[in-house]
Formats: sequence, structure tokens, C-alpha cells
Amino acid sequence: MRKLLISSLVLASAAALAVASAATGGGARVTAPAAIPGCDVASLNLMADGVLTIGADNPAFPPWFGGAQKTKPWKVSDPYSGKGYESAVAYAVAKQLGFSKASVKWTVVPFNNSFRPGKKPFDFYITQVSYSPERARAVDFSKSYYYVNQAVVGRKGKPIAKVKSIAGLKPYKLGAQVGTTSYTYITRYIKPSSKPLVYDTNDAAVQALKNGQLDGIVVDLPTAFYVTAVQVDDGVIVGKLPTKGTKERFGMVFQKGNSLRSCVDKAIDRLWANGTIKKLQNTYLARAGAPDLK
Amino acid sequence: MFLAAIAVVVTRSPGWDEFKAYFFDWGYYSESFPEILDAFWVNVKLFGIAEAIILPAALLLAVLRSLPGPVFFPIRALAIAYADLFRGIPTILVIFMLGFGMPALGLDWIPTSQFFWAVVALTLVYTAYVSEVYRAGIESVHPSQDAAARSLGLTRGQSLRHVVLPQAVRRVIPPLLNDFIGLQKDTALVGALGVVEAFRQTQIDQAATFNGTYYLVAATLFVAITIPLARFTDWLVARDRRRQQAGRLA
Repeated sequence: MRKLLISSLVLASAAALAVASAATGGGARVTAPAAIPGCDVASLNLMADGVLTIGADNPAFPPWFGGAQKTKPWKVSDPYSGKGYESAVAYAVAKQLGFSKASVKWTVVPFNNSFRPGKKPFDFYITQVSYSPERARAVDFSKSYYYVNQAVVGRKGKPIAKVKSIAGLKPYKLGAQVGTTSYTYITRYIKPSSKPLVYDTNDAAVQALKNGQLDGIVVDLPTAFYVTAVQVDDGVIVGKLPTKGTKERFGMVFQKGNSLRSCVDKAIDRLWANGTIKKLQNTYLARAGAPDLK
Repeated sequence: MFLAAIAVVVTRSPGWDEFKAYFFDWGYYSESFPEILDAFWVNVKLFGIAEAIILPAALLLAVLRSLPGPVFFPIRALAIAYADLFRGIPTILVIFMLGFGMPALGLDWIPTSQFFWAVVALTLVYTAYVSEVYRAGIESVHPSQDAAARSLGLTRGQSLRHVVLPQAVRRVIPPLLNDFIGLQKDTALVGALGVVEAFRQTQIDQAATFNGTYYLVAATLFVAITIPLARFTDWLVARDRRRQQAGRLA
């Protein structure tokens, strides 16, 4: 069943991406950057000399990763494509640091392994990991490459689709992926009357939504667009959840104390300053049409 | 001596400090204990309800499987097929297939509750295991016992009920407990359906802080239930043996 789901996803996402890239004329182009002082490739603390090893979770879902499924063992999308927001940002960072496209290597690391103790199998890890002070005690985070909002996805024609406020979500059965800030948002701010359900993956939560075992799922907004466009036929974004507390941000994950981080931070600073990040967000993440929940 | 050597090697290892910080953080331990205990009640409910169905269902299955003669062949074959199938499929797959599969059929009268399907899945799998335990017990009772009972005029059913089963069940209490403990531990698989039980709660906490001490909390809770249960069975078996060897009637 899962296989079927995935292959239909691939078809649909490939179609969606073809439309997206036709509209924008391909990914962002970064003109050969000047080297960052103190960060030439030879001096960087890398797993393998001259190669930037980046970890990501598999399947690699749009809009974070794009391109057709091509390089093994990647499913749904291909991080090597340079398409999709996180893949594009990673290659832009690599370019700032002086890596050629060919010297970037992607490795599959499930989210839960990205922060286990011991030596990390990657130079940095990029798969929508939110920063928190507690997490920063176990691993190092780069600066933000994306500020994120959470959103609620439900199904058309169901009572939850008419909800306009956070308080209005209380009576519904909600679910999220384990270990995500989406789940934290449910328990801390929505506080529904029935216990939220927690799944290993977003896919499992989506399946439960389709089965009618859940009224709504909470995911980050870009994922919500993907879920409603591709995964759930009658899916609808109930609304975007307001930011609570500090702004939630995604960062790349590093082995604690890895000196590579300061160079990646400098590269990210440049990408914000020269407009690359803004451009990539417009290409891959900007969509209209999500109402705000109060 | 051996344990001491292991302790030295482990604590002297280069990653020990990191390991210690990751798995033994007293602050996280005491802070998360009530929350994980709360989730652990879900596990207790799961294995409590499931075991209450499994014990009689498995006994019935074992009896069906030991029915003699060609007349009962179809029943025997079905019982064997059932046991083979559900002992063969990994428990997590049965849980996934039922928990996500059955509600996907979209039939109104099929429950969508994850808890319900979790109980069904565990019951199906463990009934298969436990029926084999009962069967071993039944077959361990010497046929002369049954023959003697029948010669006294007891029907086959009466002989089974009053002569064979009491001896058979008493002999298999330790392996029954073994399977019960297995069941208790397998309730941790149910988290896959979205039910927040003890293990799922530890994963949530661990992902929130990137610290692994929560696993220790869950482990403590599981062990806190299984160890007293094991001692209780030991006592039960010892008492039984005392009574038998003293020549009194149990």
C-alpha cells in the first residue's frame, strides 16, 4: 500500500515540479562567489577530504527536495537534483564554501539518528530540523535558513474545515509526526480535549487522516501545501497557526563542536544578504491561500 | 570479576562522558517520570485486555488442534494454518496491516479506533504463540491418563476437562508467563499506530531534547512489572511442587 502511495506521489510531484520549474525557468543561479576568509575547502573539518557529506532523511519530500527519483537509494525526490528548497540551499552553501556540485555527497540518515550520541555520519544534516535550546545541548545548529509556521490540514466538507481559531480546534482529534515541533504545538497551544496521536512519519499521519482516524494533522506550512496538493485528494489547509513564543527556525545539524559550523554560518549570512535565500523561497515555498487561525 | 572488567572498559571509553550525558541525566529522568508513567497505563490496559482474551482463546485453539480422527481434519487444518500464519508474520506488520488497513476499507461498521486494532493485532499474534504452549502441555500428559479416565466412564470432554487440562495447564505456567512478558513488551510496538504509549512518549521527549534518558524511564517501568511477575510464578511453581511431593491433593 505504501509502495503504491509513494509511486503515485512520484508521478504527481514530478508533474508539480515540471510546472514549477517551467514557471521560474529553473533553479536559482549563484554566480561564482568570492571565497570566505578562513574557510577554504582544504582547511575545513570534513569527514572525507574535499567532499561535503550532507545527511537527509529518505524519502526526500517536496517542496524540500525536488527532481524526479533518480539516484539510489533516494525515493520520491532526489537531493542530488539541486531542486527543492533544502537541496538548493545546501548546494548554494556548498558553492559559497568552494565545493563543486560533484564534490557534494548525500547520505541517508533517519531523523532520529541525526542526533544520536557518537560520531556523526555526515558533515551537516538538513531535513527541517527546528532549533531549540534543549536540542542545542546535544548538537550544534547553524543559523536559520528558514523561518517556519505550522499549519492544520483537514478534509473538505468535514466540520474541522470550518474552524477559524485555535480554540475552535480543541474538540477535534489531531495528529502529528513524532518528535516534531508540530506535535509540541498541539500539546502546548491547542490543547485538544482528546489525546493527540503521534506517528513515526508524516505519511502515517496522512494515512490516518485519509482513513478518518484523525480529524486533522499539524505539519509545517510548506508540507501542508504538498499534503493537500498531492497526498490527500480532498485535503484542505484549515489554516496557518500563529507563531507562539520565539520564531521557529530550521537549522542544519552539526556534530557538537564541529568547526565547520562557523563557515556554514558565514555562507548562510551571505545567502540571506545577497537575496539567494529569498529567491529560493519564492521558487520553492511561496504559495498563496492559507487562512490565518487566530 | 567479569562484570567489573566490563564496567572499567565502558567507563574508560572515549565516548563515556557523552554516553553518560545522553542516557543518565537525573534531571530529565525525574522530570519525565510522571508523564511516561501516565503513558505506561496505556500499555497496561493493552496487555491486560489482550491477555484476558488470549488465555481462553488459545486454550480453545489448542484443544481444537488436538481433536483426533479424520472427521476433525478440517478444524485441525484451520487451527494449524492460523498458528503458522500469525507466528510467522512479524508483530509490527500485523499491527500496521490491521491498524491502517481495516479503517481504510471505509466501512461504517468497522471501528477506526487505533487502540481497538492494537488489541486485535496483539491478540491474534499471541493467541497463536500461547496455543502452542497449551498444546505442548496437553501432549505432555501421558495418553494412559486419558485412557484410564475413559475406562472409568468419563466422556472425552470430561476426561479433557477434569484429567488432562488440569495437569497440562499446571505444567506450562512458566512458558505462559514467558509469553505474557513478551506480550507486555510488544505493546511498545503499538506506538506505530499513533497511540501514545510509554515508548512513544519517550520518543517524543527524546526528540524534544535530543536526550536519551527517557528510554531508561520506560525500561524501569517495564522491568518494574515483569520482575515481580516472574517471582510470583516462581513461587507458584515451587508451591505446586511442594504440594505434589508431599503427596497431598492440590
